[in-house]
Amino acid sequence: MTEGTLIEVEDLHVRFDLFEGVSHVLNGVGITIRNGERIGLVGESGCGKSLLARCILGLLEQKNIRIDGAIRYHGRDLFAMRGSEWRDLRGRRITMIFQDPTAALNPVFTVADQMVEVIQRGGNRKRKREECLDIARGALRRVFIDDPDRVLRSYPFQLSGGMAQRVIITMALANDPELVLADEPGTSLDVTVQEQTLRLMATLTQEAGAAVLLIAHNLGVVREFCERLYVMYGGVIVEEGSVEEIFNEPLHPYTQALFGAVPRLWGGDLPKAIAGMVPDYTQAPEGCRFHPRCPHAKPECQSTPPWVKLGEGRGVRCVLFEGAERSTVHA
Amino acid sequence: MLRRYIIRRSIAALITLFGVSVLIFFLARVMPGDPAMIALGETATLEQIANYRERLGLNEPLLVQYVVYITSVIHGDLGDSLYTHGAVLDDLAHTFPATLELILFSTVLMITIGIPLGVLAGRFRDGFIDNFTRVFSLLGVVTPSFVWALFLMLVFAFYLDVLPAQGRLSEGVEPPAFVTGLYLVDSIVAGDWATFRDASAHIVMPGTALAMASVGQTTRMTRANVGESFDKTYIEFARAYGFKGFRTAAVYALRPALIPVLTIMGLDIAIKFGSAFLVETVFSWPGMARYGVQVILFKDLNAIVGTVTIIGFFFIVINLIVDIVVSFVDPRIRLGALAQ
Repeated sequence: MTEGTLIEVEDLHVRFDLFEGVSHVLNGVGITIRNGERIGLVGESGCGKSLLARCILGLLEQKNIRIDGAIRYHGRDLFAMRGSEWRDLRGRRITMIFQDPTAALNPVFTVADQMVEVIQRGGNRKRKREECLDIARGALRRVFIDDPDRVLRSYPFQLSGGMAQRVIITMALANDPELVLADEPGTSLDVTVQEQTLRLMATLTQEAGAAVLLIAHNLGVVREFCERLYVMYGGVIVEEGSVEEIFNEPLHPYTQALFGAVPRLWGGDLPKAIAGMVPDYTQAPEGCRFHPRCPHAKPECQSTPPWVKLGEGRGVRCVLFEGAERSTVHA
Repeated sequence: MLRRYIIRRSIAALITLFGVSVLIFFLARVMPGDPAMIALGETATLEQIANYRERLGLNEPLLVQYVVYITSVIHGDLGDSLYTHGAVLDDLAHTFPATLELILFSTVLMITIGIPLGVLAGRFRDGFIDNFTRVFSLLGVVTPSFVWALFLMLVFAFYLDVLPAQGRLSEGVEPPAFVTGLYLVDSIVAGDWATFRDASAHIVMPGTALAMASVGQTTRMTRANVGESFDKTYIEFARAYGFKGFRTAAVYALRPALIPVLTIMGLDIAIKFGSAFLVETVFSWPGMARYGVQVILFKDLNAIVGTVTIIGFFFIVINLIVDIVVSFVDPRIRLGALAQ
């Protein structure tokens, strides 16, 4: 482990035992998050992005699940930790922002009740309710809520989506976490509100010095907000690099296809959809999971492609780059 | 604000109750059979019957009869019973507490057994407890209360001989001083533990027989709603923020899940009046359900109207309580109702 590494996911496999067979979703995922780093995780719906985030938090407790590999937090294996120790990290050192803020709040409790519940767990001792409410008021003002008392008195259904999202952001940052997992934050909100709250989240996490894992399929958001990027396909990380590197020179055929599918306002043709579908994880393709949809597919793709490291924090999982230190695919 | 809601609901309840009493007043009078003839028996002459009808005011037009009746009701007189020859109000004052005690007892069982079982089953879906409660609650729901009554009586009174099979108290035991009319409560108030033990022993079997269906129903409803609640994002959120497991289940998941359960429980309590008749018959429980059926067969007009109105009143009160409790649990209903 190198200095400043916060989370290290290594060769993570997640399998579900289903009636139809074993659904092997995450297939050897590895990512590294350093302190204060803003990382993007992109890929189609169903590629396992959210599953990865839930693994890091330890939220998967279905009986039919099998998890192998390692997730290290400051070098300590989370799977080896006692349950209560891992739980202590949740909501304090690692927090999560959900896709739909209104659904994430319990409908029959006031915002105050729910914020107190979270804030109480911060600090070294259990805080009193009044103290928590003071902290909550201050935190709500920082997300530009002018009348925090009104919001605290409200029930979730009395808040607009944008308001609820700000409450969630406040809760996520209330205990000075080291890592915020943002699972497509605000996708359910309308675009302008989403934009506002994302900016807010960006500013506040930066101020707090928290690392962020931003799960998104909006590439514009990722480009604006993140420093480094992981591209995921079919439960596998297919490419890693800085945002400039990947946006300027996407290497993996899937990354190229993903960027080709982005609609643009000016010039060019209509966005190109990627042919085919995300694989069925009970019968995932052998070897590279993208090869059935890949325009460059070769017979070698039937066996697992190697991870080609192209420099510090830059790599791609594709046979096209095997041996080659650096080359470009001309599609 | 909440007080206004309760007052408004209470006024609506009174209007409903008035409607019920009007309806039952006229329905009782259009039922076939002549009350005077039934009351005087087969040996009565036509003249005697005619005189009796005249005395009861049954020859007046219905509207006049109603005005006479409602005037005396306003003065606190529900009329006399042809069946017991006493005042209907006195009859009800004797029989209603017995039935109420039975129903409250089984309601307590319904809440204290049904809800925790349902929460456990919903929390550990498809686990041992869930499978057990599935069978248990289904058995409770499908078996009529009088079958439970007979079964319990056979086992505990006949074979094991550990519980008394009849009445509210053993012979020779004096009822406690009247406070609420509920023997369990009154004996505690009086500090009379011997009577309390005796009354408890008497109510266990009929109370349980009456409770079985509603315990099953409540367990199933709670299990379904808590289970569903556990799939909601706010539960995942609670776990993502490290809320303790028990707290998550007992507070965070249960409270939103409780809303439909409460409504069903309200209906279940009302249904108990119907089932209570059979249970009271099996255990010779001196309650109102038995009285009600006897007066209907006797076409005892005043007693019928009195009994049905009391049951209606109770039904409405239960619903009112449920609505108020629901509005406490669910802010959407409370604030929505206030916004009107």
